[in-house]
Amino acid sequence: MNNNALKKNELIDNFNNKKSSKYINFFKSLFSYKWAVVSIIWLIIIINTAIFANIISPHDPNRNNIMERVAPPLAQDKQGNIKYLIGSDGLGRDSFTRLLYGARVSLIVGFASVFVGGFIGISLGMIAGYYGKLTDDVIMRLADIQLAFPFILLAILFLVVLGEGLINLILVLGIGQWVTYARIARAQTISQKEKEYVEAAKALGESHTSIIFGSILPNILAPLIVIASFNVASVILAEASLSFLGLGVPHNIPTWGAMLAESRDHIFAKRWWLPFFPGMAILITVLAFNIIGDWLRDYLDPRLKEVE
Amino acid sequence: MLIYILRRLPQTILVIFGVTLITFIALQIGGDPTYLFVSERASAEEIELTRIKLGFDRPLYIQYFSYLFKIMRLDFGDSLYFRQPAMDVILETLPATIELTLFAMFIAIFGAIPFGIFAAIKRGTWIDGALMAVAMLGQSIPSFWLGIMSIIYLSLPISWLPISGHVPFLMPIFQGNFIEGIKNFPTTCLYLILPGFAVAFYSLSRNARLIRSSMLEVLSQDYVRTARAKGLSEYAVVINHAMRNAWLPVVTIIGLEFGFMLSGVVVVEVIFAWPGLGRLVFDSISHRDIPLVQASVIVIALIVIILNLIVDLVYAKLDPRIKLS
Repeated sequence: MNNNALKKNELIDNFNNKKSSKYINFFKSLFSYKWAVVSIIWLIIIINTAIFANIISPHDPNRNNIMERVAPPLAQDKQGNIKYLIGSDGLGRDSFTRLLYGARVSLIVGFASVFVGGFIGISLGMIAGYYGKLTDDVIMRLADIQLAFPFILLAILFLVVLGEGLINLILVLGIGQWVTYARIARAQTISQKEKEYVEAAKALGESHTSIIFGSILPNILAPLIVIASFNVASVILAEASLSFLGLGVPHNIPTWGAMLAESRDHIFAKRWWLPFFPGMAILITVLAFNIIGDWLRDYLDPRLKEVE
Repeated sequence: MLIYILRRLPQTILVIFGVTLITFIALQIGGDPTYLFVSERASAEEIELTRIKLGFDRPLYIQYFSYLFKIMRLDFGDSLYFRQPAMDVILETLPATIELTLFAMFIAIFGAIPFGIFAAIKRGTWIDGALMAVAMLGQSIPSFWLGIMSIIYLSLPISWLPISGHVPFLMPIFQGNFIEGIKNFPTTCLYLILPGFAVAFYSLSRNARLIRSSMLEVLSQDYVRTARAKGLSEYAVVINHAMRNAWLPVVTIIGLEFGFMLSGVVVVEVIFAWPGLGRLVFDSISHRDIPLVQASVIVIALIVIILNLIVDLVYAKLDPRIKLS
């Protein structure tokens, strides 16, 4: 199909039904970026493994068996059935089961902390951008202070004091990323607040809260969604680092980072499967979020394409 | 330039103020901080004594200001585990961390320049695609996993590549023993290769993407077209004209990058048994030596703040447009 015909079709689509053409464009863009499709499929798989971990694997992730420790992948039992799909760890626990359960922590922490950080960052950023002056100065100085910390170290300090726990982890990682959202939300709000629709809302006597969150927010959401997708990726990496250091969730909950930490004792014995699989799980999941972020950026906000 | 410095300085002081406040709050947030300093079996009197000894019975604002004055005198409290000033312990480990971070910075910047420029020149070809795919992968790999896998697949099979450990280069130099430091240098580098790459890979990838996009922008500018029109070779256009401006965006993020790398260094040091600040933090976590963790965090934050200031000043020098804004 040549370009003109395509444009004409798009015009007709637009004319007939603006809403349905939006969906068509969405899928057109998605399927032209084939790695994004692969990434979404991977995410659907990983989300399902997280939810149904206890159904997929019949084993208990914490049941140890010292007699069958560090079994290699595809280890068989006496009847010749595969007992350990990707081997067992130093305590004889089934690595595959632990990998499935590990997805839970990574995904919950990834999504929940992005939600927390996004909520705080977008609110503060929009308030700073909308009101300007002193409010803006105070909020943006706070952002400068936060940016001065190497983030992982700040998280370590807070987690050491607060102790382990899923909620603590989510809060610390969430608060740690508010600045990225705040900066973008602020810049976007400043550019939007002079527009006619905001003036109109003011003239109609709407409250500031309703103008900020009702009128402006929907118009600046696109770049924020892009950032959120990249941030899920970096939060999963951060969570893995913290679990690796023994901070984060309690030790009886399997996580990918903790599996890597445990594999440290087996490096010199070349038990490659112990670090390999959890590392790959992190890598592929993080990669998927990064690829989806790249595609969303191109789709939602083409201006950002070359800027990085 | 002086005006720029004068304007930039109060901002830095404010940030230092905020950073100390946050590390102070961190200690208070879990409830009475006295319990962090006593053993679990401590009696009520012992706890009370410690509380008074450490000054936790005073009002919070007085505690904060005495904390602030201590920091100004470079007194970061005492380590519970080592039973000596935290600053002494940190100074012992800091040179090793600086070596690792500088080495990783070096790879991340000077590795990314050819990487990014080459991709930009070959824009749209499979070479560009492959390089950018590697860069994408690099931004998704956990650095400590890269470390573990490189030990298994590189340093165990390759006999001359050290598995872990550290040979000091900066430490003897700081102590005035230049000959020993310089003699150690080649071995130091050998030991730096694997941990250095593990720390650098993420930043290397990000910088390569950054340089690629800024190179593409620069290549489309008028002065590059003029250079081409003058009949300069493509090599001269790229190296002498375009590259000079293309790597400026990387300078701006060097300060932030340094802070970011220090975070990566913490975990990578643990894997390679690198006797630096990261390993110290890791050990302090398991010893529950919280004052030492707090001191390490604030020392690193101060280093990052000062570095950011220096980077901003250098950048203002490099790009005269900054001063105007």
